[in-house]
Amino acid sequence: MNLLSDPRWNDAIGHLPDYLGNHVRVSVAALVLGLAASFPLALMARNRPVMRSVLLVVASIVQTVPGLALLALFYPLLLALAALTSSWFGLGFSAFGFLPAVLALALYSMLPVLRNTITGLQGIDPALTEAARGVGMTPRQSLTMVELPLALPVIMAGIRTAAVWVIGTATLSTPIGQTSLGNYIFAGLQTQNWVFVLFGCIAAAILALVVDQLLALIESGLQVRSRIRVTAGIAVIAALIAVALAPSFARTKSGYIVGAKTFTEQYVLAALISQRLQAAGLPATTREGLGSNVIFEALVNGDIDVYVDYSGTLWANQFHNAGIAPREKLLADIKATLAQRNIILLGELGFENAYALVMPKARADALNIHSIGDLAAHAGAMSIAGDYEFFARPEWAALKKAYGLSFREQRQMQSNFMYAAVASGEVDVIAGYTSDGQIAKYGLTVLDDSRHAIPPYDAIVLLAPRRADDAKLKAALQPLLGKIDIALMREANLRASGTGADSLPTAVARWMWAKINEK
Amino acid sequence: MSDTPPLIAFSHVAKSFDGGRVKAVDDVTLDIAAGEFLAVVGGSGSGKTTLLRLANRLINPDAGTITIAGEDIARVDPILLRRRMGYVFQSGGLFPHMSIAANIGITPRLLGTPKPEIAARVDDLLDLVQLDRVQHRDRFPHELSGGQRQRVGVARALAAKPHIVLMDEPFGALDPVTRDALGADYRALHARLGLTTVMITHDMTEALLLADRVAVMREGRLAALGTAAELSRSDDPYVGELLGTPRRQAERLHAALSRNGTP
Ligand SMILES: Nc1ncnc2c1ncn2[C@@H]1O[C@H](COP(=O)(O)OP(=O)(O)OP(=O)(O)O)[C@@H](O)[C@H]1O
Ligand SMILES: [Mg+2]
Repeated sequence: MNLLSDPRWNDAIGHLPDYLGNHVRVSVAALVLGLAASFPLALMARNRPVMRSVLLVVASIVQTVPGLALLALFYPLLLALAALTSSWFGLGFSAFGFLPAVLALALYSMLPVLRNTITGLQGIDPALTEAARGVGMTPRQSLTMVELPLALPVIMAGIRTAAVWVIGTATLSTPIGQTSLGNYIFAGLQTQNWVFVLFGCIAAAILALVVDQLLALIESGLQVRSRIRVTAGIAVIAALIAVALAPSFARTKSGYIVGAKTFTEQYVLAALISQRLQAAGLPATTREGLGSNVIFEALVNGDIDVYVDYSGTLWANQFHNAGIAPREKLLADIKATLAQRNIILLGELGFENAYALVMPKARADALNIHSIGDLAAHAGAMSIAGDYEFFARPEWAALKKAYGLSFREQRQMQSNFMYAAVASGEVDVIAGYTSDGQIAKYGLTVLDDSRHAIPPYDAIVLLAPRRADDAKLKAALQPLLGKIDIALMREANLRASGTGADSLPTAVARWMWAKINEK
Repeated sequence: MSDTPPLIAFSHVAKSFDGGRVKAVDDVTLDIAAGEFLAVVGGSGSGKTTLLRLANRLINPDAGTITIAGEDIARVDPILLRRRMGYVFQSGGLFPHMSIAANIGITPRLLGTPKPEIAARVDDLLDLVQLDRVQHRDRFPHELSGGQRQRVGVARALAAKPHIVLMDEPFGALDPVTRDALGADYRALHARLGLTTVMITHDMTEALLLADRVAVMREGRLAALGTAAELSRSDDPYVGELLGTPRRQAERLHAALSRNGTP
C-alpha cells in the first residue's frame, strides 16, 4: 500500500488540534512553572556553595528517573494530597491528567535551567563584577545590568534544552490521563498503527524544533538588542499558546468521557461505548491510553465517566485480594466493594480477557502439553515472556505457587509482539490474553488452568459515582451487556491489529455493533 | 601642603588575604591633599591595587581608618561613596555587552541623570579622551584597540564629575607617544577640573613627570613618599634603585642622541 495514500493519515490529522493543543498547553505550563521555580533558586544558590551542590545533585537525581516513572509517581502523590486538602479544606482537586503531568515535567525541566544559570553566572570574569561594584552598582543592579546579560547565552541554552526535553517527555503523559501527542504513539503502538506512531513522533519533533528555534531567535534578539527579533519570537510563542488554549475554552465540559487502558481491545470498546452514547444523543469523548491503576482512580474521582475493566484485575490489583474465589463469589465481592466506593458495576459484556499461558499448538502437541500442570515439567528448560505488569502481578505468584513453575528465563515485552515472538520460537511460552485475536492468527493454544490459579477476568462496565442515577447512560449501554462473546471480541481484536482504514478502533467498533445486531 | 587638611587620609591601614598569610597592605599612613596628584609606584604584588580598592570600599581594611574630607568612610554607604569617585580599573573593566556610550554613561545613569544630559556628557568625554564621537559612541569594547579601551576607562571614571579619581595603571597598554600625550592631557584636566588624583603606575618616569608626589610601596608598606626632589635625597636603597633606572636611561639616551647629533 502506498504509505502516503494511507487513509490513517487523515484520521491522524483529524486528532491534531486536540492532541497538539493539549501537548503545547501542558509543555508550556510545565516550562513556565519549571522556570519560575528554578530561576530564583539558581540566583539564591549562586553564592551559597552548599545549597548550590545540594540543588544540582537533587536535580540530577530527578533527571535520572525515567520520564514515564516520574509522571506515574506524581499521580498517587497528588491523589494523596487531594484527599488531604479535601478533608482539611473541603476542597479537592483532580489528580488526573494535567496537574501531575505539569508538575512532573516542570521538575524534569529544572536541571538544565538550574545548572546553566548557576554556571553561567559563575563563569563571569570577576574583574567585571568588581567593575560593576566600582562604578557604583548595587548587588541587584550588578545582577540585572551586568551578570544576567553576560550569562544570558548560557542561561538561554539551558532553557532551550529544558524546552526540548519537556516537549519530548510530554508524550509520556498520556498514561496518566493527559492528552498529548503521545496519544498517537501509545494508540499506534497498541493497535499496530504505525502511521500513528510515525505521525506522533514527527509532530513532537517538529514542535520541539520550532520552539527551540523561536527561543534561539529571542536569544539572538536579546544579544544584539534587536526589538524586532525578540518581539517576533515572543509573538509567535504567544500565538502558539493562544491557539493551544482556544479549544479548551470552547469545549463543553458536560460531555461523557469514556476511558480506555493501553491496549487494543480497550480502544475498540471505548470507541464502541462512545458510539453508543452518541447514538443516544449523549455527547461523548474518549480518553485513551490510561495506565491500569490510573484509570480506576480516575473513575472514582469522576475524571472519566465510564470504562471497561476486568473482574480479576480489580480483585487482585485494586482490592488487593490474594488467592482465588469462584466466579460468582468474586463478582459479588467486587460488586460489594465497588458499591462502598459508590461505583456502579453496570454489567458484564459477555467475554473474559484473562491472562493465560500460551504456546504454539504444534509444539504443545509434540511435547504432549495440554495444561499448565503438563508444562511445569518442561519449564526449567523454557523461556517465558509477559507484558510489563505480568511478572509483578499476583496471578504470576499464584501460578508459580499452584504449579511449582520455574522457567529458565523470563522476559518482558510489549504485549503486541509477544504472539509473534512465541510463534517464531523467540520464546517458548507467553502470558497472553484469552481474547487476543492473534492466538488464532498464529495457531497458538491456550494451556488449561486446571487448578484455577488465575481468577476469572470477565469484562465489566463501570460507571463513575456521579453517573449513578443516569438512566439515559445506562439505557444507552444496556444493549451491549452480555452481547460480546469471546469469539466476537477475538475477531474484533484481530481486525484492530491489522492495517488500513477498517482497522481503526472506530471502524472495528462499528463492525462489532453490526455483528451484535445480527444476532 | 601640610597646612591644608588632607582630602584622603589613610591612618595605620592594614589589609591581609588568605587568613593573614598575605599582608597586602601593612600599616600604611598617608595623607593626600585636595587637588593633589599622587602617583603610587612599586613592584608587582606590593599592594598598590589593594590600597586603591580600600579607598572606595571595594574591600574593607582589617585595621586602621580611611577618611575622606574628614569623614570615616566605614560609616558612609559604599554604593554612594563609589558613585562619587572615579575609578579606572587595571584590567579596563569595560562591560562587553554595553556600547562605549553606555559604558561611559553608566554611573550618571545609576545616579538618575536624564538621558539627554548623559548623551551630551558622553560626547564631551569622548572629545576629552580624543576619541571620535560619531565613530566610537555606538561601538562595543571588543571593537576597540587596547589603548582606545583605556581611554574609555578614563572617560567612564570622569563621567559623574567626581572630585576624586583613582586610577590603576590607566595608560598601561598605550604606545609611548600616546601615553605621554594622554598623560599630559589628563594632568591638564586634573588641574582644570580641580581633581584629586591617585594614579598607580609601573613607570617611574611617568610618575615623576606627572605627579606632585610619589608614594613608593614595597611589600605592603609605604617605603617612601615625597616629591621628585625629596625622593632623590632619600637614602633608602630601594628608592635609589627605582630612581636610578630612569636617570641612567635619561643619561644614556642623552649621550646617544648627542653622539649622533655632533659632527
Ligand atoms: N582578593 C585577594 N585574595 C588573595 N590575595 C590577594 C587578593 N588581592 C590581592 N592579593 C594579594 O595581595 C598582594 C598585593 O596585591 P595587589 O593587587 O595590591 O598588588 P599590586 O601592587 O597592585 O600588583 P600589580 O602591580 O601586579 O598590579 C599580592 O600578593 C596579591 O596576591
Ligand atoms: Mg595592581
